[in-house]
Amino acid sequence: MSAAAAQALSMGPFLRIENISKRYEGTDTPAVDDVSLDIARGEFFSLLGASGSGKTTLLRILAGFERPDSGHVFIDGRDVTDLPPYERPVNMMFQSYALFPHMSVADNVAFGLKQDGMAKPERTARVAELLDLVHLGNKAKRKPHQLSGGERQRVALARALAKHPKLLLLDEPLGALDRKLRESTQFELKALQARLGITFVMVTHDQDEAMTLSSRLAVMDQGRVQQVGPPNEVYETPATRHVAEFLGAANLLDATVTDWGNGMATLACDGFPGSFKATAPAALAPAARVAVAIRPEKIRLCEAGAAADNKLQGTVKDIAYIGDVSTYSILLDGQRSLRVQSTNAKRGSLMPTEGAALWLSWDAADAVVIAE
Amino acid sequence: MSAPNRPISPLYLVLAFGYAFLYAPIVLLIFYSFNESRLVTVWAGFSTKWYGELLRNEQILNAAWLSLRIAFVTACVSTVLGTLAGFAIARYKRFPTRGAFLGLLSAPLVMPEVVLGLSLLLLFVALDSAIGWPSGRGATTVTIAHITFCLAFVTVIVQAKLASFDRSLEEAAMDLGAKPWKVFCVITLPLIAPALAAGWLLSFTLSLDDLVVASFTSGPGASTLPMVIYSSVRLGVSPQINALATIMISVVALFVLLSGWLIFRQDKARRG
Repeated sequence: MSAAAAQALSMGPFLRIENISKRYEGTDTPAVDDVSLDIARGEFFSLLGASGSGKTTLLRILAGFERPDSGHVFIDGRDVTDLPPYERPVNMMFQSYALFPHMSVADNVAFGLKQDGMAKPERTARVAELLDLVHLGNKAKRKPHQLSGGERQRVALARALAKHPKLLLLDEPLGALDRKLRESTQFELKALQARLGITFVMVTHDQDEAMTLSSRLAVMDQGRVQQVGPPNEVYETPATRHVAEFLGAANLLDATVTDWGNGMATLACDGFPGSFKATAPAALAPAARVAVAIRPEKIRLCEAGAAADNKLQGTVKDIAYIGDVSTYSILLDGQRSLRVQSTNAKRGSLMPTEGAALWLSWDAADAVVIAE
Repeated sequence: MSAPNRPISPLYLVLAFGYAFLYAPIVLLIFYSFNESRLVTVWAGFSTKWYGELLRNEQILNAAWLSLRIAFVTACVSTVLGTLAGFAIARYKRFPTRGAFLGLLSAPLVMPEVVLGLSLLLLFVALDSAIGWPSGRGATTVTIAHITFCLAFVTVIVQAKLASFDRSLEEAAMDLGAKPWKVFCVITLPLIAPALAAGWLLSFTLSLDDLVVASFTSGPGASTLPMVIYSSVRLGVSPQINALATIMISVVALFVLLSGWLIFRQDKARRG
């Protein structure tokens, strides 16, 4: 956890999700299964997962659209579990944007303020302020269908921010935008969040989006939280096989522990000769079954005689040349292969060709043990 | 872009035949409504005298007024009830007796009118002798009968509209602080209004030209316009009926154009 987030959490979480479970009628498996999370004030928190992982259901529980079967939600110390959506200090930006098609842009943004009974002059001023914030001051009188996708997204954001929510929920906020627009919008969103200081909770299936935007993220699978932490921590030290494979690419080798000491494990990998070393912060008993995760960019292509913590021999099966990097598929023992990524830092540098025999090596610090 | 010297496709002949089949009787009817002669099929010069005579025909005017009143009440009540039923079907996917509910609503759509009319007549008679209401048969019983089958049409229209309705709009409104009733009034209702208008117009028209069900459920002194037309045609067609039919066609055409224009305007607004 980053120092800032740790400090903020030490003052008590702003949003506390406590043992939330939810099963939809007519289904066997719970959509959300005993999830607990603490989120600090001002955080940009992401719920990351594939479709069906329960992330959207959790977000809808935070918004008040779904009632959890058990558990509690606290916002700023107050139990809001039983509050209807219209009484929560929370606003949401919908994936479809859900702009009211029969109202102008200004009326859309003003809608929430109107419900609060804000007087007309104040309301007009606030709407103008918000539309300026999202650079849509000149489109106030347009109807939603007259706007581009990016503009609609900004109207939805302005509308959700209008009431100064304590907590803003974002459901795939960039999902409907094309790639170019998505990148620029990402940075705008992040800058806006930092400026306003509102706590954001975002749901996304896009790992790049989650990594770029979040101060912390939670990876969800089958209704459970698999791992919580800052993006780099979750990426570098995946806690489960699912996290390792979902967040970026990972090579996973099945192994048995032979020895453990000082945060370092010695392992025997199934089907490979010799011993391997990998990072393992938690104590491991000898003979425990584990998996080793090695990220493709952390494996080096090297000479036979090079010294390294871990080494394996293989032949090049496939090469994907992307330009800045190349991804190699290295066949190890006739059936299993490893993914290796290397940067093409030098122009015209010599690259391995298909079928070439070579050695792979990686540092013990770059391999992570995942306890089963 | 027209291609010169292209032979006329035989498809156009079929089209012309189709048009003639559908429109010729109507054109003929309008044409003869301006006939001077008493005899419907003999042309004796242009005249509007039958329109004048129609306006002096108390029986027809009373029947028309009654029909309009029945149609208006029927349209209003069945729009309200049909909307409620449409919501129940579209929004509550599982409740006990849902199957029976669906059957109840589609029965009037598929049941022969004669059966519907007869069953309602039996019901009214039985109710009358059991609880004394509705006492006798007349405008009230016809209205109830019309609501019974118009309701089903409105339900179908509203439910179809709700099936394609984006629920996140309602959630967004609620999220922004609007209570459920407010959400219904300012978001849902304006967005499904075209379906309600279509349902109302359809009910109005169905009620206005119903003969069979009205004949079964009406009583002495409460003859609707179709009933009066039907009985007077049995005594020989008067050119007055032609004039009346022309007026009715004009009114219906006006309604159709109006609803078409409303739909067109909405489509245009949506696409920009």
